[in-house]
Amino acid sequence: MDGLDLDILRGEVLGFVGASGAGKSVLTRTILGLQPKQAGIIEVEGRDIDKLSPRERARVERGWGVLFQQGALFSSLTVRQNIEAPMREHLDISPALRTELAMLKLRLVGLPADAAGKFPSELSGGMIKRAALARALALDPGVLFLDEPTSGLDPISAGEFDALIATLQATLGLTVFMVTHDLDSLYAICDRVAVLGRGKVVAVGAIAELLKSEEPWIREYFHGKRGEGRTRTARVRAPR
Amino acid sequence: MSEAPTADIAAENGATRVAYGGQWTILAGGRLEAAARSVDDLPEAGEAVLDLSRLDGLDTAGAWVISRSRERLEESGRGGRIVGARPEHATLLREAAYAAIESGPTPHRGAVSLLADTGESVYLAGRDLLGGLDFLGRVVVAAGKAALHPRRWRLTSTFYHLEQMGLRGAPLILMINFFVGAIVAQQGIVQLARFGASSLTVDLVAILTLRELGVMLTAIMVAGRSGSAITAELGAMNMREEIDALRVMAVDPLEALALPRLIALIVALPLLTFLGDIAALVGGMLIAWGYGGVSPHAFWAELQYPVSVTRFLSGLAKAPFMALAIGIIATMEGFAVRGSAESLGRRVTASVVKSIFTVIMLDGAFAMFYAAVRF
Repeated sequence: MDGLDLDILRGEVLGFVGASGAGKSVLTRTILGLQPKQAGIIEVEGRDIDKLSPRERARVERGWGVLFQQGALFSSLTVRQNIEAPMREHLDISPALRTELAMLKLRLVGLPADAAGKFPSELSGGMIKRAALARALALDPGVLFLDEPTSGLDPISAGEFDALIATLQATLGLTVFMVTHDLDSLYAICDRVAVLGRGKVVAVGAIAELLKSEEPWIREYFHGKRGEGRTRTARVRAPR
Repeated sequence: MSEAPTADIAAENGATRVAYGGQWTILAGGRLEAAARSVDDLPEAGEAVLDLSRLDGLDTAGAWVISRSRERLEESGRGGRIVGARPEHATLLREAAYAAIESGPTPHRGAVSLLADTGESVYLAGRDLLGGLDFLGRVVVAAGKAALHPRRWRLTSTFYHLEQMGLRGAPLILMINFFVGAIVAQQGIVQLARFGASSLTVDLVAILTLRELGVMLTAIMVAGRSGSAITAELGAMNMREEIDALRVMAVDPLEALALPRLIALIVALPLLTFLGDIAALVGGMLIAWGYGGVSPHAFWAELQYPVSVTRFLSGLAKAPFMALAIGIIATMEGFAVRGSAESLGRRVTASVVKSIFTVIMLDGAFAMFYAAVRF
């Protein structure tokens, strides 16, 4: 990364695209603190996260929910225990309320109640994503990080997942940072899209703006054979 | 931002008004529950009105407990009207509305289940044993098929594992056997002195090492080191569907993965045993020199008597069989690993425990066999 500059606005859904290997995962992991950064500043609500005390930093990170690409559910725990895990670690609420809130999250992501007792190895791909989303929402975060949420899902499930994110974002007032390759997701729910290339953010803006870009990679991405169909027929979401 | 959730309860005009304030969010933790309970414990006084107009913050957890309070008030016939909710709060209250959860049947644990568990364990142990025999058979078949097609031999893989198990395991084996040889010699000198037979320490160390300890300790070390490695590798490959990928390529996982490791083990263990024997004798020699005043020259001279090719081979002969047992168990457990990290941990543990147990049983079996044929 070199000279990368990106702002994420409160309440928006930001799509993050770039060529494979351009560094989207690296950037996301660096923001989340999973990888050390060599230079640069990450600011949350105007405060440099490196300058925060460990307790404040933990508080900030508790306000983030992360959906990993493969779900990353704890394989030895049931779905309900997975969702309860963040609550167990950080809150002192009674087990009964914990279970009730876990079942609430389960319902919010559209999973049936009987999924609660299943283990991750017993779930289908779509259910794994939803369960992982429920866990990401366990502590009612303000910011949701999604890493290729619709990869591996059939078109119907992917569409339903997009709708779910849009609904949750509206009702819970979430800020969503979504790394994705899915053009349908970009068109359907993203307010702005940031394009990563050559170590920097090459362009950022609503899709309508990006479609007018002269940048070769962006043109290929949106106007290539796969993009063309969607550009013509999609309803582009109006920017706020 | 860190205002605690509050619920001010006041009676007015024969009704009870609950004024919610502060942050009714999940991060309030126990205070959220306590505040909710204070609403649930309303004194009996007519209709209840829940006033959300001064509520600062609400999330799904807060919405849940508020709507739960409302449900309970409604059930007890006290209405529970919500007034003054901001639009976004009203949306949350709708989305995260309280709904009773049916909990499944709780499993009953009692004395009977202890018996049942014991019975099940015995049954599973028996089935394990049969499974091991079955696996042995399949390995023999795979080996037979591979033997007929020299071009399919995976020499690179076999030598790689030979290096990992043999060469890289040698320092550990040398060290362990050295120390055990020293310990045996030390105890020998001390205990035999009571019978004035300290000079027999050399024989003690030599016979014990060559016949029993050398091969058994080496096998136990190899079981812990290489057995666990085999199970963990094969288990992780199983979890990541790599073994399935081999199968659909029409490659037999037994031939590609198990055989090289088994052959490497069968070759490595006797070699390591040899090295271990020497290390133990050297350890004994040093202690005999230090404690018993036996010079190395005298030690080696005395060693001519107990040490013979027969004695040496009686220990070494056990090594290939132990290696086969370790390999079969490790590979079997590796292929049995299922989807979770917990399963991997359990299988690796089982692999090491079963291997060590089998090695010791085999040693005992050989002892009986040797006694029967007067070896």
